[in-house]
Amino acid sequence: MSEPIVLQPDETFILNVGPQHPATHGVLRVKMTMDGEFIYDAETVIGYIHRMHEKMAENRTYAQYLPNLSRLDYLSAMAYCHGYVLAVEKAAAIEVPQRAEYIRAITVEMNRISSHLVWFGAFVMDLGGFSPLMYAFDDREQILDLLEAITGSRLTYCYFRFGGLYNDIDDDFIEGTRRFIKRMRKSLKMYHKLVTTNIILMTRLKDIGPVSADMCQRYGATGPVARGSGINYDVRRNEPYSVYPEFDFDIPVYSEGDSFARYKVRMEEMEQSLRIIEQGLDKLPDGPVNPEKKPKTIKLPPGDYYTAVEAGRGSFGIRIVSDGDKSPYRLKLRSPTYSNMHLFDEACRGMLIADALAFMGSLDLVIPEMDR
Amino acid sequence: MIIETVKDKLRDLFPASAEPAAAEPEAEKPQTAKAEPGLSDCDYAKRGYHLDVRVSPDQLLTAVGVLFDHGFFIEAITGVDWIKDGQLEATYDFCRYDFDLCRVVVRTRTPRANPILPTITGIYSGASWHERETHDFFGIVFEGHPHLIPLLLPEDADFHPLLKDFKA
Amino acid sequence: MSLTLLNVVAAVIIAIAFVAANAAYLVWAERKGAGFIQRRPGPTENGPWGLLQPPVDGIKLMTKQLLIPGGVDKIIFVIAPVLAMFPSIVSFVTIPFSDTIVAHNVNIGLLMIFVFGSMSAMALLMGGWSSRNKYSMISSVRAVSQAVAYEIPMLITAITVVMIAGSLDLMDIVHKQSGGFWHWNIWPFQKGLFNILMPVSFLIFFVCSLAETNRAPFDLGEAESELVAGFHTEYSSMGFGLFFMGEYANIVIGACLTTILFLGGWDCPFGLLPGVWWFIVKIYILIFTFIWIRWTFPRTTIYNLLNLSWKVLIPISLFNLLLTAGLLKVF
Repeated sequence: MSEPIVLQPDETFILNVGPQHPATHGVLRVKMTMDGEFIYDAETVIGYIHRMHEKMAENRTYAQYLPNLSRLDYLSAMAYCHGYVLAVEKAAAIEVPQRAEYIRAITVEMNRISSHLVWFGAFVMDLGGFSPLMYAFDDREQILDLLEAITGSRLTYCYFRFGGLYNDIDDDFIEGTRRFIKRMRKSLKMYHKLVTTNIILMTRLKDIGPVSADMCQRYGATGPVARGSGINYDVRRNEPYSVYPEFDFDIPVYSEGDSFARYKVRMEEMEQSLRIIEQGLDKLPDGPVNPEKKPKTIKLPPGDYYTAVEAGRGSFGIRIVSDGDKSPYRLKLRSPTYSNMHLFDEACRGMLIADALAFMGSLDLVIPEMDR
Repeated sequence: MIIETVKDKLRDLFPASAEPAAAEPEAEKPQTAKAEPGLSDCDYAKRGYHLDVRVSPDQLLTAVGVLFDHGFFIEAITGVDWIKDGQLEATYDFCRYDFDLCRVVVRTRTPRANPILPTITGIYSGASWHERETHDFFGIVFEGHPHLIPLLLPEDADFHPLLKDFKA
Repeated sequence: MSLTLLNVVAAVIIAIAFVAANAAYLVWAERKGAGFIQRRPGPTENGPWGLLQPPVDGIKLMTKQLLIPGGVDKIIFVIAPVLAMFPSIVSFVTIPFSDTIVAHNVNIGLLMIFVFGSMSAMALLMGGWSSRNKYSMISSVRAVSQAVAYEIPMLITAITVVMIAGSLDLMDIVHKQSGGFWHWNIWPFQKGLFNILMPVSFLIFFVCSLAETNRAPFDLGEAESELVAGFHTEYSSMGFGLFFMGEYANIVIGACLTTILFLGGWDCPFGLLPGVWWFIVKIYILIFTFIWIRWTFPRTTIYNLLNLSWKVLIPISLFNLLLTAGLLKVF
């Protein structure tokens, strides 16, 4: 479309992309005021899966709260647990053995790949291509099987403990992961050949959903949404934590700001995660995975603490306000999808509804993480 | 370093303060004691943020404006219920996109009985949802907010769950 | 070919049976094909290789409650699925499967098929409109503009073939292509006619039949992930079943027409043993390609779809028409 369409505000109707809809990834409601096929205005209504995790934290001890974190962003649960244990370890000054740190990094990156595979399958399915979903989930099964052998869960992992891990990894895991890396590299090549260079997909995604760097700053968007708009921000690089400084990996940044840029960022990230896993396995030191001495009940010194990690969707932050007790006085979860989704209301004005749904898919939303 | 520039600009908000104990870690003092307006550096390795700015509600917009002009993005806005002091505190987290890492926390307190704060949606559009959520959980009214209806709680909710005296 | 009433009735019944069997078993073929492309087995539970799946699905659809929502326009709501199915069945009556197997050949067979094809666009519009549902309305608007836009290049390429064959009668068109694949209309060089755009015409016609039957990548009418189910959201049980069967019947007609116009109908590629089996082989190869394309490509947007038709396909097919007319005149 070359010339701008003039929308008529008095000829609009309201279309409810309701909480139950195949394309909204979770229970999300968007009230769109439409003029024919164009969106005149949109209002996002969230809270359909709000479970008040922040209040739950005040009634549980720090250790009892560990399982809650996986239920927030279930696709990228390892990173959430990582953020929480890092926050508590930093404040309570608990030492973590090197082997545990490496294993943490390896499992978090495997989880990141599995989260991006779900995004890839679901996103292309929303656009109408049903087959890549099956292939992506097949690759993801390999990751889930590997992680199930060491953590015991397929989706909502609760693998990290304060100071280390629940279980050490064995040689089968290392063998299996190396095989998986080879397999995943082949799969990524296939996805690029069949999906990324597909002309229909490129036409569907290029110049759709432009997000400017200024918009990202005003809304606090992070993760692939910001990196697709030219902002070089990744918590693993800007604010290094754990053993990430030891790894050599690139942060993909594309400056077009459209859905195709965000798509490319996530595909590249999968490749970079494979590099991190490879380096992690090569450099894995021997040793224990738990410290020798760990306090029986964790009590953080009074004050407030903030920790950020890079989860699948952006910068996940935890703010703990403690008054010296064994439960937090206040725990705030800063969810990346919450800040990313907020962009949608402003950015989707004047878009076609099909484009708006492609845009929503490219933002990679996980609603339980948004609503907490 | 950006932190110095920002500190200089923000110092104008506190003409009379002497910045007591700026470099000491506040680990010993409980949080409730640091309620007076002022600016302090924090130990990043321990706390996770670099600068702690405590303002009164009418200085809030100026402080946030300074941060916006220097390219900070808004991470989160939340509240803390200091029931022993009878005050509600709103904390604003800011961070930067570039490698000149600087996390700033802006805090402001308001009485529990009548919590009113100005809105910063004019500066950061993303504050709209964060402020609605803080209003849901604590009952803080943000004056000037375009659409202060419940975000996460049901539309007709009139209770505020994260208050310490909330009984379900 | 029809001398007695009995002949006509028998022919119509056979046509209907062929359509119904195809519509039912094409669903099975589609699901198996989709499974094969997606690395999974497809239906395997009912019967060997899932062959009893379509009858079981048919029984399920027939026994479901036929729900007519309260606020719909009842007459149009009920007529729309019937109108989706009816033209395809009638079109089958004129399609020649071989020299001797045709229900009732008319000498304007091609024209008749196109007339009935346009009626199916009406069915989409009626279904979406009468549902009184915003999603259905959006989808039927999309589907109608798509149907109109893609009929035009289809007709123009068909006219090109008619000019070469000199007749609208489908049997004549096939007879002119007999004797091996170098006589087929898809082959650019035949009878002194060096029209190199004929394969392009074949592709245009194929793409238009994909679009006319609302198949992916042109299935905006039923874009599942955007508009739930488009114009047939409100239909249940046999209403949905009829739309569904109508879509598959249209696919078979599209494949039959492409074969007759471009691939020589029942002609053998080497001119040896012409017969109905070649016709069947060719249409099923085309139908398999339809299924293959559906499960490989994502969906286009409405603007890209319409641009493709109006800005790309129509100019090319018009140019081809002029080129053919010129070449026919000169040679």
